Amino acid sequence: MWDWTFTFEILPVLARAAIMTVEATALGFVIAATLGLVLASIRLAFPTAGVVVTVLVELIRSTPLLIQIFFLYFVLPKAGIVLDAFTAGVAAIGVHYAAYCSEVYRAGFENVPRGQWEASIALNLSPWNTFKDIILPQALPPVVPALGNYLIALFKETPLLSAIAVLELMQTAKNIGSETFRYTEPVTLVGVFFLVMSLVSAGIVRILESWLQRR
Amino acid sequence: MPGLLEGAVLTAEITVLGAVLAVFMALIAALAKLYGPLPIRWLSTTYIEIFRGTSALVQLFWLYFVLPQFGIFLDAFLVAVLALGLNIGAYGAEVVRGAIVSVARGQWEASIALNMSRAQMLRRIILPQAFTAMIPPWGNLFIELVKSTSLVSLITLADLTFKAQQMNQSTLKTVPVFTLVLLIYLAISLTVTIAMRLLEQRASKGLTRGRVA
Repeated sequence: MWDWTFTFEILPVLARAAIMTVEATALGFVIAATLGLVLASIRLAFPTAGVVVTVLVELIRSTPLLIQIFFLYFVLPKAGIVLDAFTAGVAAIGVHYAAYCSEVYRAGFENVPRGQWEASIALNLSPWNTFKDIILPQALPPVVPALGNYLIALFKETPLLSAIAVLELMQTAKNIGSETFRYTEPVTLVGVFFLVMSLVSAGIVRILESWLQRR
Repeated sequence: MPGLLEGAVLTAEITVLGAVLAVFMALIAALAKLYGPLPIRWLSTTYIEIFRGTSALVQLFWLYFVLPQFGIFLDAFLVAVLALGLNIGAYGAEVVRGAIVSVARGQWEASIALNMSRAQMLRRIILPQAFTAMIPPWGNLFIELVKSTSLVSLITLADLTFKAQQMNQSTLKTVPVFTLVLLIYLAISLTVTIAMRLLEQRASKGLTRGRVA
């Protein structure tokens, strides 16, 4: 059933694709973490514009990521913005998780005691300085574990990029499968790779969490 | 539009069947992990970690492409329900386990003092209380399930996403097609959210009455 020679033959190809998967994860998470912070900050600073952000966040969170990937890949060119598959896919994943991350940041902001704002006003700090020097440094550390969970979730969603033919792990496995008619080894190896990476990342997040708690 | 509605019906079917399987698997896996003998405990931990640690799409492909090579042929619909149900069930198992463990210590001690068997204690005292704590996280998981049903289009099931792609290719009316599909998914998700909120209200009302009486 399981062919080891074949396994070692396809391993280098899959390893190269794994790098693509990790790249997509890293880029997607950078977008998610920064855009999420921006969205949460807009909500905090401008309550009126915040309503728009809230609607947007709910819309993104309750519709499937796959449709959003198709949306960016097929709809944006109609508006004259032509993105290659990798960029469109990573942007869709980034925006999707930004919606989740913005909720995490919001919880972080709400955690900062009211008195910190009042003290900053009393010290005559500008709103921007209050935000940058007082609020952010207190709001960010507690949300790191939650962001870590979304990093792992985002990583596990990267196989969706195969739907728009980005050569990440899943697409490579599918290609190998359709060329050789052997799916057992490639698809199983992709599963094993994801499992190992998820367990390792979960371990790292846990270590980071306990390190932050000890400080 | 009728084509999309046909797809939406299939999406709803997979969601409902997947949800039933997920709740069933979650209960079994959680109880096995908490109270089973050691090998059973390992088995359920392995199930939970494998299905949480790999991507839902990989699981779908594995069941669809790899199982036939071991001589097990399942049709695409069955594969969709199995893969999504097992995936969400693994997450649900941790929800169930968390809710059972979080029932107040005194409730366990009182049940022991009343000389209840473990099965009686679970069925009459612990699970009804754990149930209330479980509803909100299950709501989130059901939304996840609704969203992950879009993956079944990739194993050629004609669900909502599949119909949308088909329609996009045949009519080239990209913007209205995908916008409409997003709105249909939103409507399904909102229905689930509202249903779960009603359930939550009813369950917690029952609990408060019980406490007062």
